[in-house]
Amino acid sequence: MAEKKIIATTSLAGCFGCHMSLLDIDERMLDLIEVVEFNKSPINDIKKFTRKCDIGLIEGGCCNSENVHVLKLFRESCKILVAVGECAIMGGLPAMRNGIPLKECIDEAYLNGITVHANVNKTVPNDPELPVLLDKVYPCSAVVKIDYSIPGCPPHADLLWATLYALVTGKETEIPYEVFKYD
Amino acid sequence: MAEIVRVYIDGKECLAQNGEYLLQAARENGIYIPTLCHYEGVKPKGSCRICTCKVNGRLMTACTTPIAEGMVVENNTAEINEMRKAIIELFFVEGNHFCPTCEKSGDCELQALAYKYQITAPRYPFLFPTKRVVAEYSRIIIDHNRCVLCKRCVRAIKDAEGRSFFAYRRRGQHIEVILDKRMSEQMDYEKALEAEKVCPVGAIMARRIAFTTPVGHRKYDKKPIGSDVEKIK
Ligand code: SF4
Ligand code: SF4
Ligand code: FES
Repeated sequence: MAEKKIIATTSLAGCFGCHMSLLDIDERMLDLIEVVEFNKSPINDIKKFTRKCDIGLIEGGCCNSENVHVLKLFRESCKILVAVGECAIMGGLPAMRNGIPLKECIDEAYLNGITVHANVNKTVPNDPELPVLLDKVYPCSAVVKIDYSIPGCPPHADLLWATLYALVTGKETEIPYEVFKYD
Repeated sequence: MAEIVRVYIDGKECLAQNGEYLLQAARENGIYIPTLCHYEGVKPKGSCRICTCKVNGRLMTACTTPIAEGMVVENNTAEINEMRKAIIELFFVEGNHFCPTCEKSGDCELQALAYKYQITAPRYPFLFPTKRVVAEYSRIIIDHNRCVLCKRCVRAIKDAEGRSFFAYRRRGQHIEVILDKRMSEQMDYEKALEAEKVCPVGAIMARRIAFTTPVGHRKYDKKPIGSDVEKIK
């Protein structure tokens, strides 16, 4: 049997919906496990890369300094990098803040928002341990080279399956029209 | 009686009436040429360039080019389709298209074109321009983030006297669609729905109604844009 392909995954500024959709491949997960092995990923809770990987799946775009750091680490550690879902491809819903100045967003979230009740001292989180927010939310392709993109919010499980299968086997695949969506 | 002429689209012999636009002639012969700014029954504008074909070796917009005897047209070729994809990608990076939140998603012509060509991501960097959402009208909301400046609203939505409800203001990259203040008072619910329908994207939304069709039943959920044309043979 051919050697297993090594896959790593991460969620940056995303909602984990894309990872959930990957689990939606259901029993095909058993077929996948025959041909791939997961390295760093929230699926198996491996926190650090232990070797060079074949395929890196990125969910979410970059909204803070930590996202940028992790994304660059993935680029260094993976031969093929795939942007999974609208957030990774174009910023997605988090990027809806891009038309609003950052300070306004923070003030709304911590000081002025109608649901802000508990913040009696009127503090905005500023612990030096916290990642620094970027001025805008950036698509992954604005930070590193992305080799492939799988659209959808989240991508249809059949689309994820078809793409992964093609990447792992190296065989071209037909994508059915009705699974290729942006929403 | 109008004279019948012969044109050749991707090698297929097509018969149509002399002087008809290439787009129409192709459709009558069951050949789909993609469009965005064109709206059936309204004088063509030729602004989006999606319908560009090679006509006798030159790039021409099918919606504004009248046919003539013996025309040789390239439509569904790798070269032309690649150019069309590039145009669609430009629309996506020039605006702010958050499809997962958009009322038009599934019924949107721009999105449907991107689906047809299975565009996974634009080749150009996203510009994230700052655009307004105008909610000052009683019947509609205009979201400039999604407007593709096709001018369909201006050209198609008129009152009984032929006056347009919509107009363009400013120029160049600052150009935007506005609903005339006085005309907006005349706009009833039906007119608002008509405007929403004329807009190929989710830039014009009638108030009080949204997300009525469940996912899976929307216009382009199952069938690609143009499949109705390709069916007529
Ligand atoms: S107008 Fe069309 S392309 Fe733009 S966000 Fe809405 S559905 Fe997507
Ligand atoms: S509002 Fe809609 S119909 Fe009017 S120009 Fe913009 S995209 Fe076209
Ligand atoms: S449809 Fe012909 S130029 Fe837009």
